[in-house]
Amino acid sequence: MQAKVLQISARLLQSLPSILGIVVISFALTRALPGDPAVYFAGAMADQASIEQVRQALGLDKTLLEQFFIYAKNLLNGDLGMSLSTGRPVLEELLTRLPASIELTLMGLGLSILIAVPLGILAATRPMSWIDHLCRILVTAGVSLPTFFTGLFLIYIFYYLLGWAPSPLGRLDIIYLPPEHVTGSYLIDSLIARDMEVFWASLKQLILPTVTLGLFALAPIARMTRAAMLNTLASDYIRTARASGLAETKLLITYALRNAMLPILTTLGMVFSFLLGANVLVEKVFSWPGIGSYAIEALVASDYAAVQGFVLSMALLFTFVNLLVDIILTLIDPRVALDS
Amino acid sequence: MQASPFFSINGLSVQFKTRNGIVDALRDVSFSIGKGQVIGVVGESGSGKSVTAYSVLGLLDRVGKISGGTITFDGIPLANAPDKLLKDIRGREISMIFQNPRAALNPIRPIGKQIADVLIEHAQATQATARGKAVEMLRTVKIADPERRYWAYPYELSGGMCQRVVIAMALACNPRLLIADEPTTGLDVITQKATMDLIQTLTQTRDMSVMLITHDLGLAAQYCDHIVVMQQGKVVEAAPVDTLFKHPQHPYTQALITASPGPSSKLADLTPHQSHAETPAQLKVQPKTQRVAEAQNRDLLEVVNLVKAFPTQTSKIARPWKQKNKHAADFLAVNQVSFRIKRGESLGLVGQSGSGKSTTSSIITRLLDPTSGDIIFDGENITQYPAAKFTHLPQRANIQMVFQDPTDSLNPRFSAFDSIAQPLIHLKKLTQRQSLQQKVEQLADWVDLPRALLSRFPHQLSGGQKARVGIARAIAVDPLLLILDEPTSALDVSVQAVILNLLHRLKQQMDISYLFVSHDLNVVRLMCERVIVMNQGQIVEAGPSDQVLSHPQADYTRALVEAIPHFTPNPV
Amino acid sequence: MNLKQTIRHFHYVLTENPVTFFAFFLFGVIILAALFGPWLVPYDPLATNASIALQPPNASHIFGTDQLGRDVFSRVVVATRLDLGIATSAVALAFVVGSALGCMAGFFGGWADRVIGRLSDTIMAFPLFVLAMGIVSALGNSVENIVYATAIINLPFYARVARAETFVRRDAGFVQAARLCGTSDARILTTQVFPNILPPMMIQISLNMGWAILNAAGLSFIGLGVRPPDAEWGIMVAEGASYIISGEWWLVLFPGVALMLCVFCFNLLGDGLRDLVDPLRRN
Repeated sequence: MQAKVLQISARLLQSLPSILGIVVISFALTRALPGDPAVYFAGAMADQASIEQVRQALGLDKTLLEQFFIYAKNLLNGDLGMSLSTGRPVLEELLTRLPASIELTLMGLGLSILIAVPLGILAATRPMSWIDHLCRILVTAGVSLPTFFTGLFLIYIFYYLLGWAPSPLGRLDIIYLPPEHVTGSYLIDSLIARDMEVFWASLKQLILPTVTLGLFALAPIARMTRAAMLNTLASDYIRTARASGLAETKLLITYALRNAMLPILTTLGMVFSFLLGANVLVEKVFSWPGIGSYAIEALVASDYAAVQGFVLSMALLFTFVNLLVDIILTLIDPRVALDS
Repeated sequence: MQASPFFSINGLSVQFKTRNGIVDALRDVSFSIGKGQVIGVVGESGSGKSVTAYSVLGLLDRVGKISGGTITFDGIPLANAPDKLLKDIRGREISMIFQNPRAALNPIRPIGKQIADVLIEHAQATQATARGKAVEMLRTVKIADPERRYWAYPYELSGGMCQRVVIAMALACNPRLLIADEPTTGLDVITQKATMDLIQTLTQTRDMSVMLITHDLGLAAQYCDHIVVMQQGKVVEAAPVDTLFKHPQHPYTQALITASPGPSSKLADLTPHQSHAETPAQLKVQPKTQRVAEAQNRDLLEVVNLVKAFPTQTSKIARPWKQKNKHAADFLAVNQVSFRIKRGESLGLVGQSGSGKSTTSSIITRLLDPTSGDIIFDGENITQYPAAKFTHLPQRANIQMVFQDPTDSLNPRFSAFDSIAQPLIHLKKLTQRQSLQQKVEQLADWVDLPRALLSRFPHQLSGGQKARVGIARAIAVDPLLLILDEPTSALDVSVQAVILNLLHRLKQQMDISYLFVSHDLNVVRLMCERVIVMNQGQIVEAGPSDQVLSHPQADYTRALVEAIPHFTPNPV
Repeated sequence: MNLKQTIRHFHYVLTENPVTFFAFFLFGVIILAALFGPWLVPYDPLATNASIALQPPNASHIFGTDQLGRDVFSRVVVATRLDLGIATSAVALAFVVGSALGCMAGFFGGWADRVIGRLSDTIMAFPLFVLAMGIVSALGNSVENIVYATAIINLPFYARVARAETFVRRDAGFVQAARLCGTSDARILTTQVFPNILPPMMIQISLNMGWAILNAAGLSFIGLGVRPPDAEWGIMVAEGASYIISGEWWLVLFPGVALMLCVFCFNLLGDGLRDLVDPLRRN
């Protein structure tokens, strides 16, 4: 057990260089603006003096290294700069919108895991059966689906044609009041407030965007599950276990699936990264008030601090998820210590 | 021989469905095993010996089907039996152990639990008693400190220990028949002996029957009562060990027995006589009179105090800031090794994996730089040139190498011609198409490679043909020293016999010195006048081959020699 | 292998698997549209005509018309060149730089490996689409920068595949044999190692093409890179999005399906290519 604690702390330390890398790249991005940022931030009407003033205010007269340290120090203090369009701190804007995005992303990921993992396992245990073919069709078609197109297609069918879905505008129909803020998730908050009406309303809003994201994430997870299961099922230790007469369920779950979980978990980390990107598109399609929509608005308004703050926070979130995945891997795989 | 065979295979046929249609893997295979009897199933790769074993327990791939015949175990028909029945038989009545023991164990489950799983499955133990019984099994297979090792994972154990765990799993439920599929392939010869002795003792005390599947005739001879020889999916001969070796009936058995090098066999005996009677005549090898005359009896190679240290993981992590003084923690792959090779002489370098023999040969080939020590080659100290620089020196042509794995050593995108032409183009600057063609064809003739095969790619050649390409490439530039790194270990025994003869002939015709690296003492004895034995990076014994083999002085060499499975069967 | 064999194998792969055949057929159509699109279409893709705005598919406009009365079919066909062009140049850039870096890292190891590994790890530490958004916003909103951004986020995949495939061959017998023949490291890398890592790289290219097209289209969907009125699938879907809730489905469907088919085709080709170029799997 002590070894595990050591491994996990070693893994925590290992994430420091990648966090540093992320900070360096986002710093480089803020300084890569074409032309002179001082001229840009000073505005169209500025004269030479006020440009100089802005330059000093932004610290652009210092060396790049100094600028980097100032940038890093600001980050440590949670200062991501001011949003030009709203005039409020970027961090605050992001934090207000984050729960909406997280709720959506996790729902999408959860849905796809629930479908993809059993599908992949069934396909691997019954090669060349109809379920295997279904899995392969879904996988190839799934990775070819543009998320924004799937979303619009679902809206057309389920909102316009069938009328089953509520209008695809945001987290909650305007006739309802959002539940009192506890976790930020409308589903959980409405349950806490015992307001079933709001719960169902927000669930209904969630269904289409969740399905859109889920369809997107389905393919890579199913593909990896199938491949990983096929791999382990073909391995020597499964043959040994089978030759020892172990029951098929024990073979599949304790022997095959637990080994296949390792590559599947690693893939889940990757899929989460793709989901964070796809989330931006889905939020735009469904007018979802998350950080993705915020980033698009900022992009259109050339609100650089907001965009870079968004990129940085997404990268940190992803790093955190990867860390989580690795810690779980460390806990189930005794060999991880060897690799590091 | 026992009277009532309680296990029998009758007219078994197995077919595999492939992209190119149906392939017969087994054709009309019949043999039986009596109670307490040990049967060896012997054959080269592709003979169908493993398929036979898998058919017994219904473990064939999805594409394989038993198309005819019966398998009867104690009156129960097993061929195409329902899964439920087979599941109860597997591990309970008939067990199986496999080659590559490390891969045969679940990598993320403690080994003790894997044994306990089998016990619980067959109701030999309850959740409460399984652990005690599993520990008991670990003790039975002589695993030290079994209570602690119960929780060990396969990666924490050596290959030999993993195989003992697999044996413990197989014997946990006291089955009546054990099928061992190449159980010691990939293990060192000393570990092989320990493992086989363990299997023998345990099965004898339990009065179990054993089906031992192996490519090694010596191993079968030593541990079996009865041998079944298979070739291309058929049983060609089955006889008690004594009869089989003294009076082999089938030509294939005879060839197989001849081709296996024993402690007293001679090189020329390994192959049927006609094959090397005709070839040398058509060769026109230029005698290197000049070389021979001036150089007889002079040292071609002198290796002095060779050391190669590799930093170990711990030394790197613990003190990365300390540059010097970390030699103590380094792993010495080669430790103070010195020897000489004369002109035209063959020196054998014997050792098990990890003994440092491959590192030594890489350093002499100048693919690797030594930590310290000198290599004096043809009168010049060649350690003064770093490996990266040596590539471009004219001396490069004088030291060439034949690699262990004929597949891995040929570029899959180069034809046989391209591979052989490579050293001629780069080292001899032979760029004219005509003369290149001529020279490559000549080399192909020397190594008995049909010229028509020169345009083929490695995946279109057999193992023996690939080995010939590798040899032709190595001798293309007339090297003075040829390093042979386990040149035949990836080949079937009959192919090995032919290649060994070829190498011997080339050595005489071209007057090359050989450094013959091998784990197989019998092969080395055939090929080399002198031999050095390495263990853990050091030379433990050196001397004339015959003497070292028949009267080993060092303890390690003695253990090594004793561990070689004997070709002559033990008197029972 | 000689040409005849290759053709026979090609034929075998195509006839064995009708899906691969379909993919090759689709590929042909896409290439045709990309090369000759502007000459093949019935209308000027940019010509507006308010009097026929938002017409559903009919005989003269088989894909209908958009909110400005432009012919959707012509726009979808003409857009092929731009979409494919962005993806191809991005993937080509990523392939050249990525495989060079990856080969070096895998072959020489040491600090080169560490620096290149760290670089690709850092890129991979970002959610890639998000990073592309950040890069485009920082470099400026232009088609060129979409290409750079897509190339950068694809780079680690090529570098990793090239590194891994080179690494396993670094000490292969045939590489050592080449050293014994006096071949220099640079030559070994280019003549011995690189041709052998091409098959996995080709598969990576084919699979990445689809992904690169999706990324580029996604970026223009959120308003980056390609500007109206240029025809591009992502932008066309974005423009049609606001009409979907009022039932004008053809604005979204046709460019969306074109995009999907294109990506689908490249993904299928990836699998087909694996069978075609892998000599070890030939029987």
